[in-house]
Amino acid sequence: MSLAKITSIAGRAVCVPGNDIDTDRIIPARFMKCVTFDGLGEFLFYDVRKNADGTDKPHPLNEPRFKGATILLSGANFGCGSSREHAPQAIQKYGFKAVVAENFAEIFFGNCTTLGIPCFEASREDIAKIADAIEKDPKVEVVADVANQEIRFGGQSVKAAVRASSRDALINGRWDAIGELLDGMGAMKTTAAKLPYLAA
Amino acid sequence: MPKSLFEKVWDAHAVRTLANGQTQLLIGTHLIHEVTSPQAFGMLRDLKLKVAMPHRTFATVDHIIPTDQLVEPYRDPLAQAMMDELRKSCAEFGITFFDRATGKQGIVHIVGPEQGITQPGTTIACGDSHTSTHGAFGAIAFGIGTTQIRDVLATQTIALGKLKVRRINVTGKLRPGVYAKDVILHIIRVLGVNGGTGFAYEYGGEVFDRMTMEERMTVCNMSIEGGARAGYVNPDETTFAYLKGRPYSPTGAAWDAAVARWKSFASDAGCHFDDVVNLAAADIAPTVTWGINPGQGISITESIPDPAKATAVDEKASIEEALAYMKLKPGAPIKGTKIDVAFIGSCTNGRLSDFQEVARYVQGRKVAKGVKAIAVPGSQIVGIQCEKLGLDKILVEAGFEWRAAGCSMCLAMNPDKLIGDQLCASSSNRNFKGRQGSPTGRTLLMSPLMVAAAAITGSVADAREVFDVGSN
Ligand code: SF4
Repeated sequence: MSLAKITSIAGRAVCVPGNDIDTDRIIPARFMKCVTFDGLGEFLFYDVRKNADGTDKPHPLNEPRFKGATILLSGANFGCGSSREHAPQAIQKYGFKAVVAENFAEIFFGNCTTLGIPCFEASREDIAKIADAIEKDPKVEVVADVANQEIRFGGQSVKAAVRASSRDALINGRWDAIGELLDGMGAMKTTAAKLPYLAA
Repeated sequence: MPKSLFEKVWDAHAVRTLANGQTQLLIGTHLIHEVTSPQAFGMLRDLKLKVAMPHRTFATVDHIIPTDQLVEPYRDPLAQAMMDELRKSCAEFGITFFDRATGKQGIVHIVGPEQGITQPGTTIACGDSHTSTHGAFGAIAFGIGTTQIRDVLATQTIALGKLKVRRINVTGKLRPGVYAKDVILHIIRVLGVNGGTGFAYEYGGEVFDRMTMEERMTVCNMSIEGGARAGYVNPDETTFAYLKGRPYSPTGAAWDAAVARWKSFASDAGCHFDDVVNLAAADIAPTVTWGINPGQGISITESIPDPAKATAVDEKASIEEALAYMKLKPGAPIKGTKIDVAFIGSCTNGRLSDFQEVARYVQGRKVAKGVKAIAVPGSQIVGIQCEKLGLDKILVEAGFEWRAAGCSMCLAMNPDKLIGDQLCASSSNRNFKGRQGSPTGRTLLMSPLMVAAAAITGSVADAREVFDVGSN
């Protein structure tokens, strides 16, 4: 299987501020009753974006000026909570191609990488700088550079780390492990043969 | 070189090193449920792949299942569709499915141990974060995403970076009325909801040595709420006694061989830990959460935090956000907070011993007027065990509704939901905003007996006082 090499994402950005934004907030559990992931995008951040009657609440994703953004900015411990992939899937289906936060919850981070969504870790100050720039001009082009681990916007640039294992996988088009895992089936069987509990 | 259990299990299951430095890790036991697996089967079909080891994947249905309706079709067509999809995939790929008709259905983290599928020295993965529960048996067990479910189905392996290991010692003796739930809520409060990122937790010391398997499961269950992807207790005689005679446990000579093997996985004396934390059992009190993450907990005798007294800016903001959502007053005692709903169940506290403890104390008492109280066994087998002992009758007489097995009010995927901003005393594991089904619903996490005390008095109460715990 050949996958795209993801070296950088360029587009507009939007900031959804806050720390500890958990997966239940990203996609409320009641929207996970689905047998495919298609269509999850419209429920992204649903409970903080919509009132009970379906009308809009004030939320950055509801602002027309941020429509079409492909880079999502947020705070610390983004994606904590459930291991369900519905959260990164909803983010991807909504149209985001990269997430920038102070740091990420472990499982969420892994799930994003597997979908080819780079997760950038930047300092709070630097995220604020990007947020300021897009607040002043929502059209400013933001480049999230995986290879060079930096975010460039409106003539500025800040450091943003992508963990080595994830960076390597993205840049080399190995972010979906299935190809490599299938290559290791012979070795898997050798390991399995040594474990009595796996006998059929 | 002395090694930890984590290292031994890891080494025994490491297939090879991948190009990115991660390990191709063999997953010996794969558990699936209806919410996270249908999409994975879809991916498998798209790629025209087969299931590598169908006999090592086990399925059950728990999240969407109504606990008050036994006959299909379910009222919710989406729930029925997920159910049908799982049934179809299991039949197509030859996977054992603990469907309701088998009498063995239940929450996946209760079914695995109950069947003896969960064993020491194994690797266990499931598309569910509370897979850490199975670590109670000395297994390395963790939650995975749907794409990784596909990987396990197709190759019986996943790509994973090695975790660090933090040993958490809790020494001394727990005071009466203090439960496993309080121990883990205390650990998360001390180490933070992020404290375990990148770690597996090894729980050790007298408190865990003395715990039953069900108590160890309660602790390991919530490892993930402290940020640790996995948590485990070394296997010992308690573990082996629990496993003896279970449907999937080895028998005869194979049993002896298995026990010897299981013992060999326990951490060696003097092995390396990346971090060690020491806590005293005497410092742990019945704990209740007041906020919107499981780390925001206090002892029942403490007051709700006041953001004005917070030292860090971050802390101030998160207390303010939590209190605004929870509609609780800063500085007020948590005790006496009126509740609307009481929920006893979930993979954290939905086992026989949880209902035994509650029934023992609520016998002859009545749930306060205006409180909706529900008790939901974690599996059909737990339900039957309770019914054989007459616990269901005691609970129903006290004013609880006794339901069929499932995740129920732990999360919002079945008909058991909070309404509006109802406040729920809950024995489950997550108090995130909207977790129990209403976008404004509020959750207070606590031990089952503390939930019972809240149900009886109509407000958050100290179970030790309400039930005179410790004096009988
Ligand atoms: S009981 Fe709750 S936490 Fe446990 S598996 Fe079900 S939904 Fe998840």
